[in-house]
Order: sequence, then structure tokens, then C-alpha cells
Amino acid sequence: MTLGHLRHRQSVLWIAALVHRLSGLALAVFLPVHFLTLGLAIRGEAPLESFLRWSDQPLVKLAESALVFLLMLHMLGGLRLLVIENLPWRGGQKEAAAIAAGLSAAIALFLLARMF
Amino acid sequence: MNVRLYVWQRLTAAIMAPLVLAHIVVIFYATRKGLSAADILARTRGSVVWASFYGAFVVAAAIHAAIGIRNVLSEWSPLQDRGAGMLASAFGVLLFLLGARAVIAVVLP
Repeated sequence: MTLGHLRHRQSVLWIAALVHRLSGLALAVFLPVHFLTLGLAIRGEAPLESFLRWSDQPLVKLAESALVFLLMLHMLGGLRLLVIENLPWRGGQKEAAAIAAGLSAAIALFLLARMF
Repeated sequence: MNVRLYVWQRLTAAIMAPLVLAHIVVIFYATRKGLSAADILARTRGSVVWASFYGAFVVAAAIHAAIGIRNVLSEWSPLQDRGAGMLASAFGVLLFLLGARAVIAVVLP
């Protein structure tokens, strides 16, 4: 494979597609853990409360904000795809991808600031 | 990805977009004074609305994630379509079962 074959990987939209896939993978890995955590409530309030107090650690809060970032990124990236596939073509796709990333980061950072 | 899976992935994506937005709003609301099990369960236990909301979310997420995992496995792993499909289906079923258990845990009075 020559460098010329890899040139498309510098495109914002190729990176957007990769980010969409990787964020989806990360969410798929996280979801079973999320469900297991909520499932603690099946044995009553105390096990869930105990987990939530454990999750007060700064690193866990950071990870939760990162997950919100990934969730927003994946949703907005997916909405961009649905618009491309179902509505007449419009330009500014690179800008739309950048706005999706920026908005996701802003919401995640806002959540992080609220949690500390 | 065949047409049937493509349609299911897009359909579940369209269903989940408003659910994700609502979930983010709930996260912001729930964390305004710090998360507590008592607050979460007071909101969800016995609620048909939250049971329907999270029930639909779990079903859509299990289908959507399974199709996504199948695509990743068939494109990025040495697995053939059949193997990727079987692994992804197993993951989807696991996600559905764990999700259904989580919904039952938080909504049953």
C-alpha cells in the first residue's frame, strides 16, 4: 500500500466515519456494564446506592463524562448519516462533522463541570 | 451488510435519536444534586412511562449494536459473514437480556 492510497485517511469525513465506528464500539462495550450496574437494584436500593457512592471518585466521573461525549458524538454522527441518506444532498459536511464533535465536547464538559 | 440489516440499523438509529436526547436531559437532571439510588428509584419504580421509554431503548439498542458489531467483525476481523453474524447475534441477545433485567430492576415496584 503506497502513501497515495492512504491520502483519503486525512479527510475530515474519513476521520468522522472512523470516530463514528470507534464510538459505537466503545458504547457497545460499555452498555453491558451499564445494564449490570442498574440491575443491582433488583436486590434493592442498597447495592445500587453502594455502587453510586463508589462512582463518586473523580476518575469515574471523568469516565462518565467521556461516555456522554461518545454517546453525543455517535448520535450526532448518526443523524448526519441519516440526513445524507434520506434528504437531498447538501454541502458543508465537514463543517457538520466538526460541529457535531464540538457540540458533543461542550455538553460532556458542561456535565463534568456540574459533577465536580 | 444486506438491505434488511441496513434498514433495521437505520430504523433503530432514527428511533434512538430522540431517546438519546431525552436520556442526556435525564442525566443532567439526575446529577443536579448528585446521583442517589433513592432518587433514581423514586422516579422509575411503578412508572409505565419510564418502563416503556427504557424498554424501547433497550430493544432498539440491542438490535442497533448487534448489527454494528456484525459489520465491524466482518470488516475488521478474519471472521466470515456467518461467524460474524452468529457472534453479533449472541451479543445482541445478551444486551437485550441484561437491558431487560436492568429495566425490570428499576421499574418494578
